[in-house]
Amino acid sequence: MLAFKRFSIGTIWTWLCVFALLPLILVILTSFLTSDINHLVKFPATFANYGQLFNDAYLRILLQSIYLAASCTLICLIIGYPFAFIIARNKSRFRPLLLLLVIIPFWTSSLIRTYAIMAILKTKGILNSALLAMGIIHHPLHILYSYTAVLIGTSYDLLPFMILPLFANIEKLDSTYIDAARDLGASKIRTFIKIIIPLTLSGIISGSILVFLPAMTMFFIPILLGGAKNLLLGNLIENQFLTANNWPMGAAISIFVTLLMCSMIFLYWKSKNKSLTE
Amino acid sequence: MSNIIEIKGVSKHFGDDQALHNINLNIKNGEFLTLLGPSGCGKTTLLRILSGFETANSGTILLSGKDVTDIPPEERHVNLVFQNYALFPHMTVFENVAFGLRCKHTPLIEINERVNNMLNMVKLNKFAIRKPHQLSGGQQQRVAIARAVINEPIVLLLDEPLSALDYHLRRNMQIELKDLQRRLGITFVFVTHDQEEALSMSDRVAVMHAGCIDQLGTPRDVYEEPCNVRVAKFIGQANIFDTKIVHTTQKTIQVEIEGEIFTLKNSDEFAVDENVHIVIRPEDIEVWGKTEIKDTTGMLPGIVEQVIYKGSTVDLIVRLHSGRSVSATQFFNEDDENLEYDLHEKVWVKWMPGWEVTLRHMDTE
Amino acid sequence: MKNSIIKSSYATLVYLLLYTPIAVIIIFSFNNATFSSLWHGFTWHWYKVLFHDHEILTVVLHSLTIGVLASTTAVIIGTLAAVSLFRYQFNGKQLLHGLLFILIISPDIIMGISLLILYNAINIPLGFWSLLLAHITFCIPFVAVTVYSRVTTLNKHIFEAARDLGANDFTIFGKIVIPLLLPAIIAGWLLSFTLSLDDVIISYFVSGPGYEILPLKIFSMVRLGVKPEVNALCTIMLGVTLIIVLLSQSVLLNNKKR
Repeated sequence: MLAFKRFSIGTIWTWLCVFALLPLILVILTSFLTSDINHLVKFPATFANYGQLFNDAYLRILLQSIYLAASCTLICLIIGYPFAFIIARNKSRFRPLLLLLVIIPFWTSSLIRTYAIMAILKTKGILNSALLAMGIIHHPLHILYSYTAVLIGTSYDLLPFMILPLFANIEKLDSTYIDAARDLGASKIRTFIKIIIPLTLSGIISGSILVFLPAMTMFFIPILLGGAKNLLLGNLIENQFLTANNWPMGAAISIFVTLLMCSMIFLYWKSKNKSLTE
Repeated sequence: MSNIIEIKGVSKHFGDDQALHNINLNIKNGEFLTLLGPSGCGKTTLLRILSGFETANSGTILLSGKDVTDIPPEERHVNLVFQNYALFPHMTVFENVAFGLRCKHTPLIEINERVNNMLNMVKLNKFAIRKPHQLSGGQQQRVAIARAVINEPIVLLLDEPLSALDYHLRRNMQIELKDLQRRLGITFVFVTHDQEEALSMSDRVAVMHAGCIDQLGTPRDVYEEPCNVRVAKFIGQANIFDTKIVHTTQKTIQVEIEGEIFTLKNSDEFAVDENVHIVIRPEDIEVWGKTEIKDTTGMLPGIVEQVIYKGSTVDLIVRLHSGRSVSATQFFNEDDENLEYDLHEKVWVKWMPGWEVTLRHMDTE
Repeated sequence: MKNSIIKSSYATLVYLLLYTPIAVIIIFSFNNATFSSLWHGFTWHWYKVLFHDHEILTVVLHSLTIGVLASTTAVIIGTLAAVSLFRYQFNGKQLLHGLLFILIISPDIIMGISLLILYNAINIPLGFWSLLLAHITFCIPFVAVTVYSRVTTLNKHIFEAARDLGANDFTIFGKIVIPLLLPAIIAGWLLSFTLSLDDVIISYFVSGPGYEILPLKIFSMVRLGVKPEVNALCTIMLGVTLIIVLLSQSVLLNNKKR
């Protein structure tokens, strides 16, 4: 009887140890080493890589990434929350179809969706043609290869990742809480702020995690939409590993991102415990 | 007593489903009124119309004389205790109870004082900083009531608030609720499908069926004088004989039951050949052993089929000659401790003439 | 009434936002012009160009190979993980739960560089094997989650009943677990296959010049700008994704009804 249990637990643990835990440990180790032209890394161990994070050049990209990721998260939340709310509360027979229409972009390659935004935003693209034809503008807008383009592209790519966790969470929200608040005399705004938001907070946070972290690490979006000017953390890591061959520095930046992730998971975990019903 | 709520000709349908048919009901100030009926009878819909969550398709609702038919729930001076309490899980007991006052922008000091008084009243002052999930079912129930009552509603609506509790807690909460209602002097409108709960707590009971009120009266009225056979069956147990009137006088009717002719009182100007139900409550049926009596006129012979010991009573199922069975509840009393019945024992059953209820067949039958 | 009009128009607007860019690519893949954003008539030309491009066909074959192998392996390991998490008590169960959760939400780039460091440390050359192992690894947690959400709907006593009737664990797995979980397993496979077919970031770090795969090929084409044959290639990819989503949803939905 025990053979099967040992076999299955052994397989999964071995795999995850070799391909998830061990690599993570190696990244941590690398981040404390010095870069070397011949062997990529060498001793002595040092904190210098982490210190460098606060150099002007790195710090600028770091702040810029956080700023962009935060803006993008906010945009997705503002667009996605009401939308998820409407879909999740819709009880008509079209509901499965409405959900399916959100799932499809969720499964679609982000690269292709980024490319689609490129096609829309380019100087001779659809957006400019449409605006020119309607007479709203007289000279084509140069949106592509700008910060705005990166923000638009990132938000567009990650919107489904905000909507789906929100949908799952709002769907579970018991509508009698909303009824109870109204019965006690709460206005719609008060009900929303005091009841609906706190009860869907874990959905808001998990959606934000799924948007915030990729927003600053999906390196192909700045490459395709931002030109070479608007680089983010993802590009920095990619550059350190594949071009500059400074692996320890790249590893240190990755660890920084990982720590950011851990703190967000902690928030999520707290919010989930807080809204426990049973 | 004046009417605090007047329901005039209220109808409601959901698509093709008619949930309420032309309901007329006046609720008196300070009374404990129960809407009683099986699930799907429209009692919860009526409650939700009173609280403002549903809008009637026709008819009006007056709340202390004012038309509130189109007033939304947040602006009505009624509060609802939800079936599963709907306590906000992310707020403490204190915050839950204070919620309604905060919505009205009551000064902080007053909120503190009133919430603490209210928690004292429901004996939960020690639990003010707990979250709902840290409380027992009965405590959650009390928070739900406190949260509603603190807003000083003109009427408190309760939607099956005891259904989630176990039997003993339920009995205790019934007493507590009734007591609370007396102390507060607020009108309670209570919804339940449990007839025992309805009878033991209410001043008046409205028995509902398929979107209509079948009967409105005191618990005693609806139990002892049911207006139709449906109410008789739904409230308490009943032995019902279907028969035809063979002879009438001004004061009496004669019917045939199990081959015997019985002379009963003419309670409702019955005529010869009318089909009627004769309803007899189990506790009104007497069961006599063969050796105990000699004169068996007005009695029916039968065989004891089951003896169910219930502590303070013994329930008997007696099979009559025709094959139908009647149930009879025998009380232990000090004069007659001879309540030993054997299975398959031959017995005689009778009831006190005049304790039966004679009912006409309903239109739908 | 007014409220519901506002709601449905808002929802429609967001759907339009989500689908317009994709629709534009699809439409322009049939446009009979190279650079214009105006409509110059319908053509299959760009698809013909694609199907005569041997390099692209090789790359597609590579991607399909990796996709099928990776999702199949991931489905096996992921299903074992989900069933173990549900059935057994063991040390580190919570840790395993947490690890799978973290693997799902951690940014791809972290997994990409950490696997690159691992391959470098244990001397695995970048190519077919490095790609396959990476793809298996990032698919496992998604399979585990999909299957786990289904396995929790099962009655635990089913396993006890089977044992009571004399089945051993291997029989239980083959005769009871697999059939009951089949819809979720299929859905997990399809999800893995899509993930593998679409992955850019992780593959970017762990692939070598000897074994190029489709998403990276698309990336290098896209870097050079918007072109009609790229539109055509993306349209095909979108079509494949759509079919896979519909398949997986119908498998899961049918099962719910039963």
